[in-house]
Amino acid sequence: MGPPTKGNEAMKKYDVIVIGAGHNGLTNAAFLAKAGLDVLMVEKNDYIGGASVSRNLHKDWMYSNCSYVCSLFRPEIYRYLNLGKHGLQVVTYNGGFSLTDCGDYLGSYSDHDVMRREIQRHSPIDVDAYDRYYTEMAKWCRFIRPLLLRTPPDPTSFKIRDLDELRFLAKKFGELGHKDLHDFMRFFTISVGDFVDQFFTSDLIKAHKAGSAVVGTNLGPYSPGTAYVLLHHYMGDVDGATGAWGFARGGMGAVAKALAGAFQEHGGEIRTGSGVEQITVKNGKVTGVRLENGEEIKADRVVSNLDAKRTFLGIMDPKDAGEKVVKAAKKFKIRGSSGKLNIALNGIPELSALPKDSKLIQGDFHVVDNMEAYERSYDEWKSGTWSKNPYLDVLIPSLTDPTMAPPGKHFMSVFVQYCPEKVNGQDWTPELVKQFGDTVINTIAKYSPNFKSLIEHVEVRTPGKIEEEIGLTGGNIFQGELSLSQLMFNRPFPGYSQYRGPVNGMYMCGSSTHPGGGVMAAPGANAAREILIDMKISTTVPEDEGDD
Amino acid sequence: MTTEIDRDHWRSAVKFSPFYNKLKDHDMVNMWHRWAGYTVPTVLENTTFEYFAIRNTASLFDLTPMSKYRIWGPEALDYMNRLLPRDMTKLRVGRVAYTAWCDDEGMVIDDGTVFRVAEDEYLLCAQERQMEILKRNAIGFDIEFEEISDEIAALSFQGPVSCKILKNMGFKDIETMKMFDLRYFDFPGGEVMISRSGYTGDLGYELWMKNEQAEPMWDAIFDAGKDYNIRPIGGNALEIARIEAGLIAANVDFSPANETVRPGHAKSPFELGLDWIVKLDKGVVFNGRRALLKEKQQGSRFRFVRLDVEGNKTACNAYLFDKENGKNIGYVSSAVWAPSAKKNIALGFVDMPHGKVGDIIWAEIYYKKELKWNRRWAKCTVMDGPAWNPPRKTKTPPDDF
Amino acid sequence: MTDSNKNKYDAIIVGGGHNGLVCAAYLAKAGKKVIVLEANSQVGGGAVTSELCYGKRISYCAHFLNQLNTHVLKELNLAAHGLKFAARDLSTVSLDRDGDHLILTKNSAKGGGITKEEAVAYKNFMMLIHDYAKTLGFLMDSPPIDIFNPDWDDKLAALKLGWKLRVGLGAEKMSELLRMIGMNIRDVLNDEFENNKLKGALSFDAVLGTHTGPYSPGNFLNFLYRYAAGDSGALNIPEGGMGAVSNAIASSATASGAEVRTDARVRTINVENCAVSGVTLENGEIINSSMVISNANTKTTVFDLVGTRHFEADFVLRMTNYRMRGAAAKLHIALHALPDFKGLSKEDLANRLLIAPDQEDVERAFNHVKYGETSPSPMMEISIPSLVDKSLADNGHVLSATVQYAPYALKGGWTEEAKAAFLETCIDRIAEYAPDIREQIEHAEILTPKDLEDRFGMVGGNWHHGELTLDQMLMLRPVPEASRYALPLDGLYICGAGAHPGGGVMGAAGRNAAKAILKGEVK
Repeated sequence: MGPPTKGNEAMKKYDVIVIGAGHNGLTNAAFLAKAGLDVLMVEKNDYIGGASVSRNLHKDWMYSNCSYVCSLFRPEIYRYLNLGKHGLQVVTYNGGFSLTDCGDYLGSYSDHDVMRREIQRHSPIDVDAYDRYYTEMAKWCRFIRPLLLRTPPDPTSFKIRDLDELRFLAKKFGELGHKDLHDFMRFFTISVGDFVDQFFTSDLIKAHKAGSAVVGTNLGPYSPGTAYVLLHHYMGDVDGATGAWGFARGGMGAVAKALAGAFQEHGGEIRTGSGVEQITVKNGKVTGVRLENGEEIKADRVVSNLDAKRTFLGIMDPKDAGEKVVKAAKKFKIRGSSGKLNIALNGIPELSALPKDSKLIQGDFHVVDNMEAYERSYDEWKSGTWSKNPYLDVLIPSLTDPTMAPPGKHFMSVFVQYCPEKVNGQDWTPELVKQFGDTVINTIAKYSPNFKSLIEHVEVRTPGKIEEEIGLTGGNIFQGELSLSQLMFNRPFPGYSQYRGPVNGMYMCGSSTHPGGGVMAAPGANAAREILIDMKISTTVPEDEGDD
Repeated sequence: MTTEIDRDHWRSAVKFSPFYNKLKDHDMVNMWHRWAGYTVPTVLENTTFEYFAIRNTASLFDLTPMSKYRIWGPEALDYMNRLLPRDMTKLRVGRVAYTAWCDDEGMVIDDGTVFRVAEDEYLLCAQERQMEILKRNAIGFDIEFEEISDEIAALSFQGPVSCKILKNMGFKDIETMKMFDLRYFDFPGGEVMISRSGYTGDLGYELWMKNEQAEPMWDAIFDAGKDYNIRPIGGNALEIARIEAGLIAANVDFSPANETVRPGHAKSPFELGLDWIVKLDKGVVFNGRRALLKEKQQGSRFRFVRLDVEGNKTACNAYLFDKENGKNIGYVSSAVWAPSAKKNIALGFVDMPHGKVGDIIWAEIYYKKELKWNRRWAKCTVMDGPAWNPPRKTKTPPDDF
Repeated sequence: MTDSNKNKYDAIIVGGGHNGLVCAAYLAKAGKKVIVLEANSQVGGGAVTSELCYGKRISYCAHFLNQLNTHVLKELNLAAHGLKFAARDLSTVSLDRDGDHLILTKNSAKGGGITKEEAVAYKNFMMLIHDYAKTLGFLMDSPPIDIFNPDWDDKLAALKLGWKLRVGLGAEKMSELLRMIGMNIRDVLNDEFENNKLKGALSFDAVLGTHTGPYSPGNFLNFLYRYAAGDSGALNIPEGGMGAVSNAIASSATASGAEVRTDARVRTINVENCAVSGVTLENGEIINSSMVISNANTKTTVFDLVGTRHFEADFVLRMTNYRMRGAAAKLHIALHALPDFKGLSKEDLANRLLIAPDQEDVERAFNHVKYGETSPSPMMEISIPSLVDKSLADNGHVLSATVQYAPYALKGGWTEEAKAAFLETCIDRIAEYAPDIREQIEHAEILTPKDLEDRFGMVGGNWHHGELTLDQMLMLRPVPEASRYALPLDGLYICGAGAHPGGGVMGAAGRNAAKAILKGEVK
């Protein structure tokens, strides 16, 4: 595949074009470039990163205005793309807590003994249950993690590779044994509410633990299948500490920046402000892309990092995609349910419940203290409006990462569950957006008397705004719901889970593919591996290397 | 757990046992570690001296961090009999028993001691936390249970002169206590419970008291034992003694089944050499019974071995082989130079059918000499019992010295 | 009591529900000496006909016979033992306030604003569903496959399943099934249809008898289940009510030599030396046998009849976690005369009537039950069996309805007032479609999930005796230690709906249990 040929740009034909400079697109492109291919990355926005982005929207503040924490990012990718050299630093943060309506809090402490005492403070009977809970989570993390950097098998295929992969899965299940298999099936299908009910008696502890399980889903805590989403938030690790979360120093844009650095180091080219209108196809084979400005760029292969709906219903001619794929794409579930507020603060908000010198505030805090309230806020979303008493995941990254805000000032990221794509079927109006923002701000203000007075700037992001800006259909943060019908070989839909599209030379690498959303970069890497296999180039895309 | 937890508890990650200040008085090296939330001494002055207090005079070890539970109610006996593989109808009031307990798969969750303190009341003392296990076992039983770990201060008082000192303290007839007897004795502040039990393989007692009796008890012991060079000891000294006595430890020699994540990594009582506690024919169901019956018929995977290791290099973390440079058949889980047995010993596990008493197996030992790593093959003999098992451990009444 | 009857019976079956009777019949046919002990004065459990008021009788729990296992029907020769059908293959009529009712059969949809295209779509969809149901349905006819310790039958069944999936269905439908199996009914229906009435009616079938709403993932499986059992889920009404089914099975069982005793409530299942030794009846009588097969609810069996102490603790915990939440109530009304449902003839009314106008309505009705409240505007499946079976009412008519949703644990408890209020809610709901119904009511009563538990031993009010979800099905039902009908206690078995393949008047669990027990003896 020699070095890129210099010459007439108009005539230039790339080996691969990757559409969409989100973290998966960049990962994909970087691995391909590293393998010696001539790769062009096209991005519709004037900035790269997709949802892993840091933006300077107000004075000297840096907002991680979409994704805001980092845990799932595969360490193998970090290592193989040498992201440290390109400036990526993932720093763990500690703390976190849930605030109760009665003025108390439940802290998350990294020290196991302190954590036990904190549980004991609220509910003595639940102390040991807490350990049992973590043992069970560890079991499933260990089971799932090796699957992240592998291509799912096609269960209907008789190809040797698929059969081998099926055998690999069967062996893993076989090792579990009868009872663990039962627990596993149970874990995969039950609601997070039922799941935590098995362990805890205290509603506060349940809500504290169950919180992340409905984040980004269109499900409530008592909807079957949500326990798995919990795992999706636990299976990450920072420096081997399972379940730990960290910040990318400089905001989530640092992830994209480092990936882009690795990509460019290997000769890759990035064009921003270049939205793709269509993937061009001739005789059943990809020929390149046509940009929104009409320019055509040629390539043998095109990889779409857009979600499955945007890819197949947006930038492909239905004739090229084929009836089956179009139908499947229409059935692809990608409903948004989350909103976000990015807030510039003039100081650290005081939380009445928290002791003054507590370090817990460096972590994320939540404001729902019981399961029923949580489920009811889901009912509100179902009925077409945002939750009036929403689940919030509030973080102040600038308490850990000094680069996010001017000295003494702070950046606050507020993730809001639930927030609908449309309000009672109507598009969001500025007035509605303001009301939504006020709901969130007033909720926080209930627990923090000086909060409102510290606010300098607020960016309110509804699912609609997220879609408009970074192209996630419906504003779904996982680029497609994480339900049993859209996981593994069902992601994004049957027959297309191996990153290959319906026409020759067309691939997918976004979170719409296995293993799904979160700033994990696994889909991008897995797709690169498949492309290299197709091109018969020996691949350097790593599989899971944790010895566990 | 009745203790109210202070809202400011997080300011200290560690808890302090009621003996903390007393221990601190003897601390010369400032080496502490955490055990079940408490900070406890690893060494107070010198491990060897501390060890010899166990074998030569009397040693004091703070047992407070142990997990302690009280179980009572009309069906307490039935409950314990289902929980434990031993035949609990044989445990009379005033007796203590060492036991392990299993999950349904017959894998050991933990081991510990059970005290029958009254007709319908037991205490259970374990290394690891057992609330979840007690909870699931309680379904359908007319019993109550509570954790009393933080409410009971406990001291392990071990060594050849321990009985004499207790006698000096005025605990009447204490010398008539047989191994695994328990009795209550008067002490300022209320009765204290003393059991003739321990984790050292030697003559010794365990003293159970209220937190506020901890310091007076400590002083009383030192007072009565001032002629005998009593020593408080840290965890390191105890570790030598327990390996020498051939006793297993949770999370060292076996992974508690309820905390084990990897399939196949837990061990059954047969595989831990605890056949004698499993009473398959006791006539009532107990946890693990069906699996253990099956294992009895079909054979175990591993055998627990106590090894006499050639040479003087301890076989820490060593792999075990059937012959020199042979097939790997197992591993060492605990190893130490036994100062009283004057032997290099190890505890470990080998695949069946290896490891019968008298069998020769080989250990590949890695060790450092002045920072340089060396490797040697050591011939090991499977011993027929613990390296240290003196008659005074069980002799009643014990000799004074 | 004496021990004289020791080993007089090869097996004691606790509970004369239809599965217990089926199991007894098969064991008796194989030459076993069995006795069925039924607590009530009539056999049948949830398949029972009882007097509602003077001169009127009604199927007191289950009211349609849509899942009876075809093997059971044939092998036990139930027709010869008196089972007759008053109506077969009924249609479903989804009620509309304005009289534009939607009428559904197995493969056709009309009325209710259904377009031609949609009728075709419905037909295609149902064909697909029946394909899926046929592919998986055979799994109901044998004990679940043991994948960890398979014998030849298991291996054969696994091969058969693979063959049916991959070759029978073909790659495309197979992967589509694998995709859909965990879905919620709402998304499935929204992918296929526009018509709200159609979606409402079909979503009701998915949530019927479950603790789910259309939005809840996993209930597409419950929808499929309806068509996998029996004669492709055809809706039948037996003559004489559901009790007639039980009586026919009992008659078949006794003809084969089984003994059936009613009014014989078992107080305990006895255990000696870690094995069952027999049972003690409420009256103190002891009957010995080294085999006891419980048709009672699995939880009841473990917790109450045997006692947890005779089981190991992890199993007990697993049993504790076995989910069996019911959310359906049963409504019975004795009518002086037929109420007037706008736009429906007498013949139409003989069908299965649904009140489930829109799946969003179904979900809204479900919302309440999550919080321990009753639905203010509940969904219903209504039958007026007296239209096809005169034996049920000397005069007038009887109406039976399954009502969703009502919680098992109502906030504040199921007091008489709460029950009366919910009864009124239900009648009001029917009155929306039949405004004159109140004038025709002679007597009305409602059985809450709590009542279902009290009367029929359905713990939690769940008539499947264990929710049918992926983790509580096949070899995981009720729990792994007991999935092959043998509980982890020597000599103790289960044969009820709590075991594979679950509930509904199916008889498959009883038949499979007998099969597994007989096979175990050969081994």
